[in-house]
Amino acid sequence: MGLFSNFLKRFLKTLFKKKKEVKLGLYGPPNGGKTTLANKISMDWVGEKVGKVSGVPHETREIQVKEQITVKSKGKELTFNLVDTPGIATKIDYEDFLKAGLKEKEAKQRAKEATKGVVDAIKWLDDMDAVVVVLDSTKDPYSQVNITIIGNLEARKIPVLIVANKIDLKKADVKKIQAAFPQYDVIGISAKYGKHINEFYEALFKVVNR
Amino acid sequence: MLTLQFIPYAEISNLSSEKKIQKLLRVVREEKIVLVEGRLGSSEKSELIRKTMEEIDDKFKGIEIEELDIEKKDKAFFDKIRTLFINLILGKRKGLTIVGPATIIKEIKKDPDKILLFTEEGRRKKKK
Repeated sequence: MGLFSNFLKRFLKTLFKKKKEVKLGLYGPPNGGKTTLANKISMDWVGEKVGKVSGVPHETREIQVKEQITVKSKGKELTFNLVDTPGIATKIDYEDFLKAGLKEKEAKQRAKEATKGVVDAIKWLDDMDAVVVVLDSTKDPYSQVNITIIGNLEARKIPVLIVANKIDLKKADVKKIQAAFPQYDVIGISAKYGKHINEFYEALFKVVNR
Repeated sequence: MLTLQFIPYAEISNLSSEKKIQKLLRVVREEKIVLVEGRLGSSEKSELIRKTMEEIDDKFKGIEIEELDIEKKDKAFFDKIRTLFINLILGKRKGLTIVGPATIIKEIKKDPDKILLFTEEGRRKKKK
């Protein structure tokens, strides 16, 4: 009887077990275009935006999750929960926000929220099934923030796709990012204008199914 | 006045990651630039960033960090073998890490085998 009830329990558990949800994280330094890419993906497949975008760094200060996004490419489907994370930085100075036009109280509040955002983004690393590291292709890729994010993902054996964003800008240099991280797939895109977005989705299939 | 403090590998090698990070942050918060013999692991670096964020306030704005790898990229076969052997013995002792307060260090650039350190006061530029 005991054996049968154990079997029944296991059978029912398997039958009704919720399929594991794939968490796809967007990570990177501030102002790399994580939320712009999250919005592009979400608009393409769900028709809704994920978060607000602005030129002031640390616009995203809380983890934002868009659940159940199904991407289709070449007859294949991929469903995931998209996790847009705050930009990871080693320093946050409220005076930078003052220069961007914020009032002192707002700037201090934004700095406080941004520090918490970085802590949360680091904490969430462990929960990711795959990560897209979004880098600004006009900037130096050899920063310790980039190296630390990618090093941590490598140590956790989390599949990584690197996006060299902002290729619509003159100073963009995708090759420099490829040279900095030769062991990873690097896709040059413009999340803002949707340039090379189909190549991005194809690369995403490869990485998530790895 | 700009103060540099050197921390030899022997001084931190026996410390846990938590103690190592505490020590680095303590010195950085004294407004000193720390030169550490060796490199931090990726989890130590993310923990250093996390702890830094928790300590940021109106006075402490965070840190700048950079590492210098002494390993040469394009090298002959026997050099590679020698490097492997050195890695086995020295581990993370190789290289150099610079950590400093963001209020003093404006930017650190790697070039690629020297570190350019730009301080806030401006025109002071140190090369290592």
